[in-house]
Amino acid sequence: MLRYLLSRLITFVPTFIGVTLISFAFIRVLPGDPIIVMAGERGLTQERYEELVQRFGFDQPLWQQFWDYLTGVVQGDLGNSFVTNRPVWDEFFTLFPATLELSLCAIIFAMVLGIPAGVIAAVYRGKFFDRALMSTALVGYSMPIFWWALLLIIVFSGWLGWTPVSGRIGLLYYFDDVTGFMLIDSLLSGQDGAFGSAVQHLILPSIVLGTIPLAVIARQTRSAMLEVLSEDYIRTARAKGLSSGRVNGLHALRNAMIPVITVIGLSVGTLMAGAILTETIFSWPGIGKWMVDSIFRRDYPVVQGGLLLIALIVMLVNLTVDVLYGLINPKIRKR
Amino acid sequence: MADASSQIARTVPTRRPSRFKEFWRYFSENRGAVIGFWVFLAVFLVAVFADLLAPYDPAAQFRQHALQPPFWQSGGTWEFPLGTDALGRDMLSRLIHGARFSFFVGVVVVVVAATGGILIGLIAGFAPKWLDTIIMRLMDIILAFPSLLLALALVAILGPSLLNAMIAIALVLQPHYVRLTRASVINERTKDYVISAQVAGAGLPRLMFKTVLPNCLAPIIVQAALSFSTAILDAAALGFLGMGAQPPTPEWGTMLADAREFVLRAWWVITLPGLAILVTVLSINLMGDGLRDALDPKLKRS
Repeated sequence: MLRYLLSRLITFVPTFIGVTLISFAFIRVLPGDPIIVMAGERGLTQERYEELVQRFGFDQPLWQQFWDYLTGVVQGDLGNSFVTNRPVWDEFFTLFPATLELSLCAIIFAMVLGIPAGVIAAVYRGKFFDRALMSTALVGYSMPIFWWALLLIIVFSGWLGWTPVSGRIGLLYYFDDVTGFMLIDSLLSGQDGAFGSAVQHLILPSIVLGTIPLAVIARQTRSAMLEVLSEDYIRTARAKGLSSGRVNGLHALRNAMIPVITVIGLSVGTLMAGAILTETIFSWPGIGKWMVDSIFRRDYPVVQGGLLLIALIVMLVNLTVDVLYGLINPKIRKR
Repeated sequence: MADASSQIARTVPTRRPSRFKEFWRYFSENRGAVIGFWVFLAVFLVAVFADLLAPYDPAAQFRQHALQPPFWQSGGTWEFPLGTDALGRDMLSRLIHGARFSFFVGVVVVVVAATGGILIGLIAGFAPKWLDTIIMRLMDIILAFPSLLLALALVAILGPSLLNAMIAIALVLQPHYVRLTRASVINERTKDYVISAQVAGAGLPRLMFKTVLPNCLAPIIVQAALSFSTAILDAAALGFLGMGAQPPTPEWGTMLADAREFVLRAWWVITLPGLAILVTVLSINLMGDGLRDALDPKLKRS
């Protein structure tokens, strides 16, 4: 096990350096002088320009710049935003809980609907129910989620007036961040209706962000269940006279869950990409919207830092999934 | 008696069915795939004959008819069957021309990503271990970024336009082809037919492209279908974020971005472009499932 863990870590290091190199290169391959581009129409005095050149280290040789960047990254220093002048690291981790909360709700939504749907489809294989569920899953899988978000807004916010269109909580409520999770903070604040408002704001974005993972989970659960249901031990369980609910629910589902959990773990990338679109549409103050806004503001240190941190999070989750998978399934370890 | 036997002789084919026929038999077993194929063909024809089919120029503005609803709603007329957008442009004409952009994006991205990816994958599969490791690590690095985010960053460098969006998406999709090609090359390389070709004196290029590649194509074709739909979706998403095709281009994602402020006032300017994206992507994904069943029985989902 230790050897497996070590070998996984060893492949992690070059990827980490490579990802750092890409985000390092990002600001330097921009056409034109990055400082002038970032300053935009505002313009710069000669003194300010030289000061910035020095601050970004553009007067150093390239390898020195990369070394400084890499050591900075390891110490959690990603430079400062060009617009707000706050450290990129701080900005990221102030906004990250919002994205994490949204992603968690989305994945819970996807699991709660997707796993039962997949199990039912597998048990009633080839029947009407199976076909209907799997067709729906394919539609969900093909969904342009930015459009799906707008449709839901038309129906639930426009026609029915049930849910708000943007933000995380109603303007009536104000309280300090404690955990950064609006659901928990609103409860802690003790204000009447604050929690309800937070839930209402979360519903549509979670559905939108959870749609593609939902389709993926349903399809994966179905095919994993089908595979397990044809195994000998299931036949044995049936032959013993166990009820079909017990066989399907306990014996089969348990063994079918391994690939499903892997798929859930590996959907972090999808969630992060989806968060960019979902947060932009619902004005959700998370890192997806922050990245898009920064690209439009030409705040390149932020884009650079965000790119790196998001890639690192995706890599760390994938690594964890890999290691856990090896822990559960010794066959993988041996390869 | 003789009559019956001659009838059997007439109905039972004596030759092996052609490859295409065999493919079509498996493909048509999947009803969804066939529906997907016909819808795909229809969208393709609409894209090709857009100039003939569209009633108006997609950029022509009829200001006095701005935000007119489709014909079946009160206020709508047959003059603009699917209504008009905020600048009074005919929705139907814009949607028809939009099909062109989506196809263009899909074809270009798949061709670029697949060509590059197959080439790199072949090299990685045949290369010595150190080169293989370097190539695969590079691909891991690209795959570490969420695809839409990396595409967004690339477009931020190159500048927002449809062409740059296509370059970015092709670059992001390419590692999938590399991995797939390399995996099947490594699988095929030790087989007897490859070794005998090698012994017979086939050079490396011949071995790569003539001997091994044709036997690796099935999963790559399936991947091509799937990335065709991913390309359309991502290009529309970039257009929607203002980082793809720029207005007044009638690209479906860009149309949605233009229409966003009318979300609660004019449902048709929102609903129709998205529906066009969904139908196109869905038809390709349906087809992709059928292709997988027909070409790659190993991957066949039960």
